[in-house]
Amino acid sequence: MSTVSVAISRRQIERFPAAAVTIYWKETKYEFLKYLRVRMYTASVLSFPLMFYILFGLLLNSHDAIGGMRVPTYLIATYGTFGIMGASLFGTAAGLASDRGLGWLEVKRASPMPPFAYFWAKVITSMVFSTVIVLALFALGAAFGGVRMPVATFAKLFGTLVAGSLPFSAMGLAIGYFTGPNSAAPAINLIYLPMSFCSGLWVPVTFLPKFAKQIALVLPPYHLSQLALGVVGAGGHQSSWTHWEVLIAFTMICLGVARIGFQRDQEKMYG
Amino acid sequence: MIATRTPQQTNAPVPRASVVASLDAVNKNYGSVRALRGVNFQVRAGELVALLGPNGAGKTTAVKLLLGLMPPHGGKVRVFGADPTNPENRTRTGAMLQVGRVPETLRVREHIDLFSSYYPKPLPSSGVLAAAGLEKIRDRKFAELSGGQKQRVLFALAICGDPDLLFLDEPTVGLDVEARRMLWEQIRQLVDRGKTVVLTTHYLQEADALADRVVVINQGEIIVEGTPAEIKSQTTGKKIRCITRLDPPWVRQIAGVTAVRSDRGVIEIHASEAEPVLRELLKQDPSLSGLEVTSAGLEEAFLALTQDSVRNASYGN
Repeated sequence: MSTVSVAISRRQIERFPAAAVTIYWKETKYEFLKYLRVRMYTASVLSFPLMFYILFGLLLNSHDAIGGMRVPTYLIATYGTFGIMGASLFGTAAGLASDRGLGWLEVKRASPMPPFAYFWAKVITSMVFSTVIVLALFALGAAFGGVRMPVATFAKLFGTLVAGSLPFSAMGLAIGYFTGPNSAAPAINLIYLPMSFCSGLWVPVTFLPKFAKQIALVLPPYHLSQLALGVVGAGGHQSSWTHWEVLIAFTMICLGVARIGFQRDQEKMYG
Repeated sequence: MIATRTPQQTNAPVPRASVVASLDAVNKNYGSVRALRGVNFQVRAGELVALLGPNGAGKTTAVKLLLGLMPPHGGKVRVFGADPTNPENRTRTGAMLQVGRVPETLRVREHIDLFSSYYPKPLPSSGVLAAAGLEKIRDRKFAELSGGQKQRVLFALAICGDPDLLFLDEPTVGLDVEARRMLWEQIRQLVDRGKTVVLTTHYLQEADALADRVVVINQGEIIVEGTPAEIKSQTTGKKIRCITRLDPPWVRQIAGVTAVRSDRGVIEIHASEAEPVLRELLKQDPSLSGLEVTSAGLEEAFLALTQDSVRNASYGN
């Protein structure tokens, strides 16, 4: 009797890491497929930054320069920031708010799914979509805008932008915990679009009115875009450490807010 | 009279080992709404117990407490002798809850593949698809399914981990007769395989068709429990319909009459026994016509139970 139970528990321990890897992998795979098949998501999240880039970076201003930096290169950093921010916010907040509000998250919570796998899948999926956006911008810039840079610079810019998906995924989780299935998307737009403008993602920050420049200093997308611009040599005067610190602090605050929402949910009933 | 429970009923001698899940003097409030008040409820190994009650009675709350989805405000919730939030418990339970929206762009087999991965010893996916009758639609996206098919997918997700204890919250709500019978058959097969099932429903017929034991709950309180036959016997009675010139209030005071309703000249009388009432009616009104006597249906029995508890509750407060 006791040997049997020992054998079972040992087997469970042995299979645990493999099983956990499988769960995380499948959770992420299906989260990605789920979004890939939602045309509204892929169309808006992927095509907007690319369309803006083609219009403003390749068709209209491709021979101009901003602060000595060619426009097609400059705009990869800013529309890259814009793109990953949209993919991350919509990818986490909208799905979470809907899962919470309409009972699906309860079905998952009642199952043995590790709760962290659920969040992991959302964050990684946002990162994958971010990667696609950034690579597509590079491809367009290289093919039609004459964008050239050393491989190391490319790798650094790419890594910075994709890592920049994390603060916005955290922000998305916070929004997703405090909005409902119908209010999440409008809430994101209300934050995302003005924040993009004031952070200089559409119009370079140097061309913004003075008050907008002041606001930009407290906005995470401004700091991420400055980091990205810094990589290609078009950053501002602040050190990159300041930007990283702001982004890390922002991520922590958002995760803290999301945690409050997570705990509040354990008490509440929906439907 | 029905709502009073004898001590023997509440403290039936249940061997401790056979209780797999229990609510012990559990209270649960949503703001000022008292969803459950001092509920004692036990689930024994291998039984199919139905929690029967109208909408808003507290059935779903009881299930969510047993699933560890929220904590009680008082009392104790135990599942397999442990706290219901214990991760080990979750590998041994399955749940079919009422869901507003399931990810619509995933296919049936993908949903099952994902949920199967959560459990240490899942059933083979072909077995799950067969058991839930989903083989022909395994490649459909969730959004493309009919209401009955969607319920069957949720059922498949509940059973895919081969759990010992299943919670089915209103599994057949919104299904047509055929789909409902099919799901009933699948639920019976689970019990035949030794699984324990907790089912909530507001259809007495469903509880009657499936359950070994029925627990009637209303306004957050358990008002009666027993086998389906016992529940019915507590509210047996006859329904008399006839056309008469007698006054309904006068009819109401005949001994044994529990309720009187009149509708366009036809009077409907509920009585514990038909014969004495009929004798009195015919004596007072020789012109009485259109006489019909039927036994009060299951729905009436259920209504009598829950309405009785409403009356008691309003007097109690």
